[in-house]
Formats: sequence, structure tokens, C-alpha cells
Amino acid sequence: MFQYIVARALWLVPTLLAMALVTFLVMHATPGSPLDPVAEGANPLSPEAQKNLAEIYGLDKPLPEQFAIFLGKAARGDFGTSFVYKTRTVAEILRETFPVSLLLGALALALAVVGGLALGILAAVYQNRMWDYVSVSLATVGVAVPNFVLAVFLIILFSFVVPLFPTGGWNSPRDWVLPTVTLALAPMGIIARFTRASMLEVIRADFTLTARAKGLGERAVIFKHALKNAFIPVVTLLGPMFAAVGTGSFFVESIFRVPGMGRFFVLSMTGRDYPMIMAVILTYGAFLAVMNLVVDLLYGALDPRIRY
Amino acid sequence: MALSTPASGIKLGGGRRPPQERLRGQGPRSNESGEAARSSNLWRDGLRRLRKNRLAMAGGVVILLLCLVAVFADVLAPLPYTKTNFGRLNEAPSREFPLGTDQVGRDLLSRMIYGARVSMLVGLGAQIIVVLIGVPIGALSGYLGGRADICLTRFIDVMYAFPRLLFVILVMSALGAGLTNIFIAIGLTGWVGIARQTRAQVLAIKEKEFVDGARALGAGFGRLLTRHILPNALTPIVVSVTFGIPEAIFTEAALSFIGVGINPPTPSWGQMVGEGQQYIRSYWHLCVFPSIAIAVTMLSFTFFGDGVRDALDPKLK
Repeated sequence: MFQYIVARALWLVPTLLAMALVTFLVMHATPGSPLDPVAEGANPLSPEAQKNLAEIYGLDKPLPEQFAIFLGKAARGDFGTSFVYKTRTVAEILRETFPVSLLLGALALALAVVGGLALGILAAVYQNRMWDYVSVSLATVGVAVPNFVLAVFLIILFSFVVPLFPTGGWNSPRDWVLPTVTLALAPMGIIARFTRASMLEVIRADFTLTARAKGLGERAVIFKHALKNAFIPVVTLLGPMFAAVGTGSFFVESIFRVPGMGRFFVLSMTGRDYPMIMAVILTYGAFLAVMNLVVDLLYGALDPRIRY
Repeated sequence: MALSTPASGIKLGGGRRPPQERLRGQGPRSNESGEAARSSNLWRDGLRRLRKNRLAMAGGVVILLLCLVAVFADVLAPLPYTKTNFGRLNEAPSREFPLGTDQVGRDLLSRMIYGARVSMLVGLGAQIIVVLIGVPIGALSGYLGGRADICLTRFIDVMYAFPRLLFVILVMSALGAGLTNIFIAIGLTGWVGIARQTRAQVLAIKEKEFVDGARALGAGFGRLLTRHILPNALTPIVVSVTFGIPEAIFTEAALSFIGVGINPPTPSWGQMVGEGQQYIRSYWHLCVFPSIAIAVTMLSFTFFGDGVRDALDPKLK
């Protein structure tokens, strides 16, 4: 067990290295330079100025050397200065924005798991009846419709038609509701679908029949016997869930004006903010990889049949 | 072909055509001609099951309509999508402009109609690229095994660690906006899933007796792969393509939404939502109509895809 954790943790290193390398290559393999003015039609910098800037940011060195320097610094948590927000280091920006994204992601994930399980159980218990259809339709819409489109519908419904929540911002818990719901719908739909399928299977299993036969009430059968077993396949979904919530947050954060990492990522992309892009991608990557590891361990803890 | 094979699918006239062409030919309404029409087989059974699925058929009809709109956009659109009218900015839907006008007075309905063209083009076109890259790589890797296979699976693992959308955005911001670049970006990232599927299928099928039989009869490497193995591996590939189409449409919409997708003034639904949502308080129609279009398209493809999956492989359900 311990060995397994260590081995998996060590695997993180080459994975992150590969990610860093791919990102680095894609960024540098293309025409255009961060020293060009961002605005179209602006006066280009003089060659001398460009040269000086390149020296300051280390862009004049050969690519392998740049990459090595980046790795050395990144290992110490230093991602350099942002090209776009010139007065702030990337680490500073991340320190400020990552907790916001993390809170939004955690809220969304919690809602997705709780809501998804509830919908899935309802659908399975009331198979082919109204609750089943409601839950399956909700799940389908959540999965199929992109979150920025859902955001538009939710804003229209709950900010204009029924003015319950603000259209954006991130100051009070009331502001959290719409972004969280928007972000949660897709993973919630996936979890609901899986829970329904795996509950249906378990409900028909022999051990459930036995539980009923010995006179257990419906509630005990569903929650004590069926749900425990139905939950196991659902846990494997949590890994991809983190990814969905992570990338989904770019859109949700920019629509609802949430001051998180996702918005900065989009801005840094268009501004060719190399240090920022590298840092954001690696943060997401590392976060996802760690979460995948946690999910795998959780899986083992829940299902004693699994050995490492 | 005299061998009796476990999947009768191998007999149906598909042998002479390359797999990609077959894929397109196997659409829901295609009539298999010649010898295939007589026998009952996988595809005909699947088609029959698909016809019974009302939700899937409804999705199929909407998709067909969207394709028609995309093809005949020039005829259907009341105005050119670039026609500005600075006297009539941000107007709500009216008799003259059924869906209203946008920030520079362009007719929203016309722009929506042309937007369908972009969505359909990306959805179908990108899948062709994905299949052309993914299927050969997956098939070769599964068939050859050995070091090439290990390299590929390692590479696929790394690609899977990358959140897909993140990578597409990265590639797009490097290449710059534009329709061709969207194809490239989706192609570069999308083939991984289908290669993995194909590899798994080929791995399983290459051990079957009928492949040994064909080899014993003297079939060479190319013939074995294209005429004996791939036709039998087609079902999951078709299913994964049907789900890949809405994913590509979603990707384009998402890219255009954040401004690294389609170049203005060419309209795309995602771009219209992205621009319109900034004015959602004052001019709701700007983002609501394209949002509805995206939602309906995505749902139709999902229903249709679910139908195709259930029809072709009831076990996968």
C-alpha cells in the first residue's frame, strides 16, 4: 500500500515534466513573440528595446536553456514575472486567484456529488416513473449543454425573471449560488447517470433480495445495502470530474466575473504571457494528477476487494 | 471470404472500400446496395433498432434540418451576415428582424443561419480528421505491438493527463484564430481517444481464429488489417465518432466564446454567446437565441448518439 502511494507519487514527476515540455514547445514553436505589442496596429518596439527586453526575460537564450532555467526556478516555486501584469509575479497572482477557484470548484463538486447521487438514487428507485424521467432529463441537459450556455439560461431565469441571485461578482455567499450551480450541472448529470445504472444493477442483485426477504424496510435496503455497493463505480468518475470542473471554471468564472485562476488563464493566452501560461497549466496538471491519486486510494479504501 | 466469420459484418460489401468511406456510408438513412441489402446483418439490425428509438429519430431530424440550413445558408438568410445597419442597433425581435439585431445592427437571424454552417462544418469535418489520424495509429499500434505500442500508450497517458480543452485552447492561442486552425487543434487532440478505442479492438480481434485462418490462406499484413480486422472493429469506432461530433461542436463554441475560435466577422454561435452575454442585462436576445441553438444542437446529437450506441451495441448500454 505504502509502496503503491510512493510509486504513484513518483510518477507525478515525469508526467508534469512531459506536460511542461509539451506546453513549452507549443508556445515557442509558433510565430509571434510576447515582445510584439498586444494591441493591433500599435507601434512596434524598436529592435534595441526588443533586445533589452528579451535579455531581461531570458528570451534571447537558446530554447533548451530557457526550458532548463524555467524548470530550475519552477521547482522552487518561482514562475517569474507576468508579461502582461508587469508589476506582479506569477506566484503572487496564483496565490490570490487559486483559492477562489478552489472554493468555487469545491462547492461545485460537493453539489455535483450530493445532487448527482440523490438524482441517481431517485431515478433507480422509481424506475420508469416520473422521478426517473425528471432526473434523467436533468442529467442529459447537464451533460449535453455547454456550461456557458447553461449560465445564460440560469442568469435569465434566476436574475431577471425571478430576481433571486445577482448576475455576477464574488463577495457574498449569495453570489456563489449561480456559478456553483452552473459548474456543477455537468458533473452532476454524469454522476446521476452512473449512479442510476449501478443502483439498478445492485437493486436486482441477490443480496438485495436477501435483505428484503429477511424483512428489512425499504429505506434500510436502499441505503445500507444497495447504495454502499452502487457507490463504488461512481468513485472512479471523480477523477475526470475534477478535470471537468477545472476547465469548466474558465467559462463560468469569466461569465460570472469570479476573480479566479480561469479568467487569468484566458487573458494570459491572448497576451502570450508565457510564465503565466506555464504556471497555470502546471498548477491544473499537478492538481488533477494529485486528485486522481486521491481518488484511486479512496477507491481502494471503499472496496476491500481491491489490493495494491 | 469463404471463411465463416463470427461477425457477418465482414461480408457486406465493405471489404473493397477503405474503412473511412464505409463509416460515412453507414449513416442512419443510407441504403446499403447490392449484396448487402439482402441479408440481415449488424448494420441493418442496428438501423431497425435506431428507427424505433423516437428520441434518437427526433435528434436525427433536427440534425438533418441543421445540415440543410448550413448548406443552403446563402438562400435562407434574409440578409448577408456582414450587413450592418447603424440606424437599427441592438433591436429586440420584430417583424422585420425576427430575432432582432446585434451591436452593429446586423440581422441576428441571418447570423444564426450562417453560424449553423460553422458548427456543422466543425462537427463533421473535425471528426473526419480525427478518424484519419486516430484509426491508423491505433490499428497499427494494436496490431504490431512491441515497442511502438508501448510508446503510443505512454503518449496517450500523458495526453490524458492534460485536460483536453486546456490543450485545445493552448494550441489555438499558438496557431491563432480561424476555421482551419480549429480543425488542426481538434484533430491534434481528438485522435487520442479513437486511437485508444481502435487499439483495444484490434488487440482483441487479432487473436481470433478467423484472422489466423485468413493468415493461413496467405493474406498479407495490409489485407489482414483493412479487410479482416478493421471491419470487425468498426462498431465502437462509429459510436465514438457519433459522440465526437457534438464534442467538436462544443469545442468550437467554447473557443469562439473566449475569442480564440472563429475570426469575426464570420458568425459562430459560441462567439455570439460570448459577445452577447456582456450585454445580457440590456439586450437579452443577443445571447439567448444562439444559446438556444447550441443547446438544441448538442441535445439532438446526444440523443442521436445514444440511439446509435444502443442500436449498434445493446451491451454497451
